Amino acid sequence: MKYVDEFRDPELITRAAEEIRRLADPNRHYRLMEVCGGHTHAIYRFGLKDVLPENIELIHGPGCPVCVLPMGRIDDGLSVAQQPDVIFAAFGDMMRVPGTHGSPLEHKARGMDVRIVYSPTDAIKLAKLNPQKYVMFFAIGFETTAPSTALTLQRAKAENLHNFSVFCNHVTIIPAIRAILDSPDMRLDGFIGPGHCSTVIGCRPYEWIAKDENKPIVVCGFEPLDLLQSIVMILKQLQNGEAKVENQYKRVVPWEGNPAALKAMAETFQLRPYFEWRGLGFISQSALQIRDTYAEWDAEQRFEIPGIRVTDPKAAQCGEVLKGVLKPAQCKLFGRECTPENPVGALMVSSEGSCAAYFNYEHRKANLVTSISASV
Amino acid sequence: MAANHEVGAPPGGCHMCLAIPGKIIEIVQDNPNSALVDVVGMRRRVDLGLLEDDKPVPGDWVLIHVGFAMSKISETDAFDQIRTLEMLGESQAAAQEVRGYGLEEIEDQQAP
Repeated sequence: MKYVDEFRDPELITRAAEEIRRLADPNRHYRLMEVCGGHTHAIYRFGLKDVLPENIELIHGPGCPVCVLPMGRIDDGLSVAQQPDVIFAAFGDMMRVPGTHGSPLEHKARGMDVRIVYSPTDAIKLAKLNPQKYVMFFAIGFETTAPSTALTLQRAKAENLHNFSVFCNHVTIIPAIRAILDSPDMRLDGFIGPGHCSTVIGCRPYEWIAKDENKPIVVCGFEPLDLLQSIVMILKQLQNGEAKVENQYKRVVPWEGNPAALKAMAETFQLRPYFEWRGLGFISQSALQIRDTYAEWDAEQRFEIPGIRVTDPKAAQCGEVLKGVLKPAQCKLFGRECTPENPVGALMVSSEGSCAAYFNYEHRKANLVTSISASV
Repeated sequence: MAANHEVGAPPGGCHMCLAIPGKIIEIVQDNPNSALVDVVGMRRRVDLGLLEDDKPVPGDWVLIHVGFAMSKISETDAFDQIRTLEMLGESQAAAQEVRGYGLEEIEDQQAP
């Protein structure tokens, strides 16, 4: 394994890897999905594929917020920001995500007032600093970031701040997992459950995966040992014919989640009837919209939103990769037209996207090997 | 600009998804929802609004997402998390993220 020397407990790593080999039935092919993009990044970074037996295949899931946002929503947000005196505020992660006519960063270069904020409350500060302007915060993320947007909305209302609103793109993880399980071309044996998202929602919302779908799910931390231990826990369940929710990341994730965060979300958001996900299409009740009681701070109610729908470039196969049907390198554009420096699809933009993770670790490594062997 | 979005820069994970450990130094006097926190060697104001049910006190460690403390953790787990960020190649991204929190930085961004 590439980074084995960096690990705190190389012996524990070796032991966990051995246990995985012992537990994995050689006559069976296991397909395990890591739901969270943070896990995808960690798996490539640590070269975990190299320690796992060949019959354990890790499928990269939909848990990268930048990757699943359809291009039309970026276009919608930018169209609001094209109006005079509007400041478009977003996390740095959004800045290079391509819209039809360029990314937020490219719009900034053309004169749009685009600002990076690191916290949604900083967007409030930006509004206070610029009373003659109007600040629209482009909110994005799963349940990990939605509670902070919720509190920000509550603060804006409490302070009666009139030059601020939120363009809400928050999505929820459970319906995405359901959509993947409902997909006919998908066969999975178990899930490595999201870590930080579960800090908010807890472990209960996953119970249906075990009960109704008969699949093990283990909420998992982000160290190599966490990932290997979670795979051990999944394999043990499969060996015993069990399916339950387990929490490997107890040191951070409480079983019940964060009640204050859930309360703030419930007070400010309601479920949208449906929302479009890049690669997965429309999924019912899979995203959050701002409640009517906060209409004044809802950019979708304050502004005319064109409701742009953009189909992904035909040659790009983001959808198949996002569903785990294709591996990143199997996409026709991978590493040629579509690279992290020049992304066509969103999976190449975020370093948690499976294409960028694959490109940065596997593809560059393979190319290096080729060029070294060519030069000797 | 986020480090991992600069051309040729090493990848550093999704910034908004980072969980950054910090130690509570003091609760802000006129605002109990805000604390001065030592985060990866920098002092920043962090929002405590999401830990309403279990308010941290000075000396406690918290995990921070986009400027909000999201959970209380032990000191050992906090150090583990700092190591995890290092292993993932995300400590620089975390530092940059933390540097960005707060009013001063926004004022800096406005400066030509």
